[in-house]
Amino acid sequence: MIINSRFFNRSELMGFIVLAAVLFVILPLTLDVFRLNLVAKYLTYAFVALGLVLCWGYGGILSLGQGVFFGLGGYCMAMFLKLEASSVENTKIQSTPGIPDFMDWNQITSLPLFWQPFHSLTFTILAIILVPGLFALIIGTAMFKRRVGGTYFAIITQAVAAILTILIVGQQGYTGGINGMTDLRTLKGWDIRPDHAKIILYFVEVVLLFACIGIAQFIRLTKLGRILVAMREQEDRVRFSGYSVANFKIFAFCMAAVFAAIGGAMFALNVGFMSPSFVGIVPSIEMVIYTAVGGRMSIFGAIWGAILVNFAKTSLSESFPQLWLFGLGALFIAVVLAFPNGLSGLWADYVQPRIDRLFASRKSKSGWNDNSVADGAPAE
Amino acid sequence: MLVGHQPKEFLLAVSGLTVSFDGFKAVNDLSFYVEENEIRVIIGPNGAGKTTVLDLICGKTKATSGSIQFRGKELTKMKENEIVQTGVGRKFQTPSVFEDLTVFENLEISFPRGRTVFGSLTFQRDQPVKDRVEEVAEMIFLKDKLNTYADELSHGQKQWLEIGMLLIQDPDLLMLDEPVAGMSVSERAKTAELLNRIIKNRSVLVIEHDMKFVEDIAHKVTVLHQGQILSEGTMEKVKNDPKVIEVYLGH
Repeated sequence: MIINSRFFNRSELMGFIVLAAVLFVILPLTLDVFRLNLVAKYLTYAFVALGLVLCWGYGGILSLGQGVFFGLGGYCMAMFLKLEASSVENTKIQSTPGIPDFMDWNQITSLPLFWQPFHSLTFTILAIILVPGLFALIIGTAMFKRRVGGTYFAIITQAVAAILTILIVGQQGYTGGINGMTDLRTLKGWDIRPDHAKIILYFVEVVLLFACIGIAQFIRLTKLGRILVAMREQEDRVRFSGYSVANFKIFAFCMAAVFAAIGGAMFALNVGFMSPSFVGIVPSIEMVIYTAVGGRMSIFGAIWGAILVNFAKTSLSESFPQLWLFGLGALFIAVVLAFPNGLSGLWADYVQPRIDRLFASRKSKSGWNDNSVADGAPAE
Repeated sequence: MLVGHQPKEFLLAVSGLTVSFDGFKAVNDLSFYVEENEIRVIIGPNGAGKTTVLDLICGKTKATSGSIQFRGKELTKMKENEIVQTGVGRKFQTPSVFEDLTVFENLEISFPRGRTVFGSLTFQRDQPVKDRVEEVAEMIFLKDKLNTYADELSHGQKQWLEIGMLLIQDPDLLMLDEPVAGMSVSERAKTAELLNRIIKNRSVLVIEHDMKFVEDIAHKVTVLHQGQILSEGTMEKVKNDPKVIEVYLGH
């Protein structure tokens, strides 16, 4: 615990413990498998939100195209699962057995070259990290080296999201088109559909999420984390302190892409399909909203944002399907206008001081001895 | 060039420097030379191109033509961060410090180590870093404010902090754009004292309007007017130059 208390300050440590308790103990004990699987789906967006905290909250780079990386990760995973589900035995009624069903429907008679390596799980896992990572590296290099930033960058990421969706939908024979890749069954022969598999996948996902939280927190605490904050405020000063601002932006953008891709891959496993409706402009913006609602400056805040907004989405769209999008829009406007640091900002402003006071009055009667401002997120 | 006169080793040699913004020549065929350990002050009326000259040297603005040689290296072809790493430091006119970081963190970022992505991931806050930060913090009168967030500092303190960030870089050429502008009288005196201490063992290029301050520190003064040199020399010589009196000092 000595390492932990240094790695997290007191309020972060509490956030860590609460999140771990909820995800590892409380939810698995109280929810049925169907609901737990829904939480697993929400958590796939928590990976994206985590990446956006680094990239947008810290680095000030607003990407409205995280769906692209979520989708690339998801499709890499889905391609592996689809290939396994399309064994010759399973697909013997097709005119070309052994290839995915949608290829057969589109008169494709042999497995395309870029699909071949996805027979290997090792390659697939590497691809989940590297394909979105490299894609982000290319976009990042092209944009940031030319000093494209701010709104222009956000618009370009949107355009990329639109292009990728159109490409996936248009290339039906290679990608499954608008329906996406459905009917994913097994992972190395292990059926991912029954209840016990869903529970195991849920825990795998939560462990991965905590690993990513660890990585994000590590980055935040290094000098690189402080440079990201510095860059957001005074880009020129960072440049004239001898740093290549573009390289740091590229790094933050790539990290966000890789986190999103891990989320996408877990989505394919937990939900059992992948489609272009998780890639385009609307889902990408929704991902930004989760982060904004939770608090773009706070790792734990953003994760709660992803869980809570998705929970609200499910419950609201179950009862009032037409109202959900209006609700989401109103929520975003409210966040931007009224509480720009999201739920974590509200927590830091209203709840945390009370808890601190409680601790302080218990420890000693002296009251305001410890500085609670230095403890929390930077005041803004 | 005088016959038989050996060309001197200049720290900074600006020659034929021109920059034009949509046809307007903000700096026009400008040449000047700064020696090692020289303190050069650039003065001139508003719009004379003073800040643009600093922007050109530090790479913020790209020159249309001409050359800037620093220790024999051509700066016009380098990126900003490479120019910093060759030993040119720049302070901006408005204090630009990182307000969401503490004074310590502000100074630490300027410490010349771990400037790559990987380097900054593995950067350790070790004893030499702490010692240097504390040493500089003492020089800039902020030793007791190391853990204060920079947004809580006064205007003058922010100016000092930025000067401190440059000191940690330890540049061979220090460029200061109006370092005492907007300061109170007592802050001004302290800044002059600070500058007199830090300009040792390096060359300094200063833009300043405060003539009293200029007289105190300048070895040599360059007067710019409409992007060109109007007069150059000691303060005494410049002050008595009729052209300078007409366009600048006379007012």
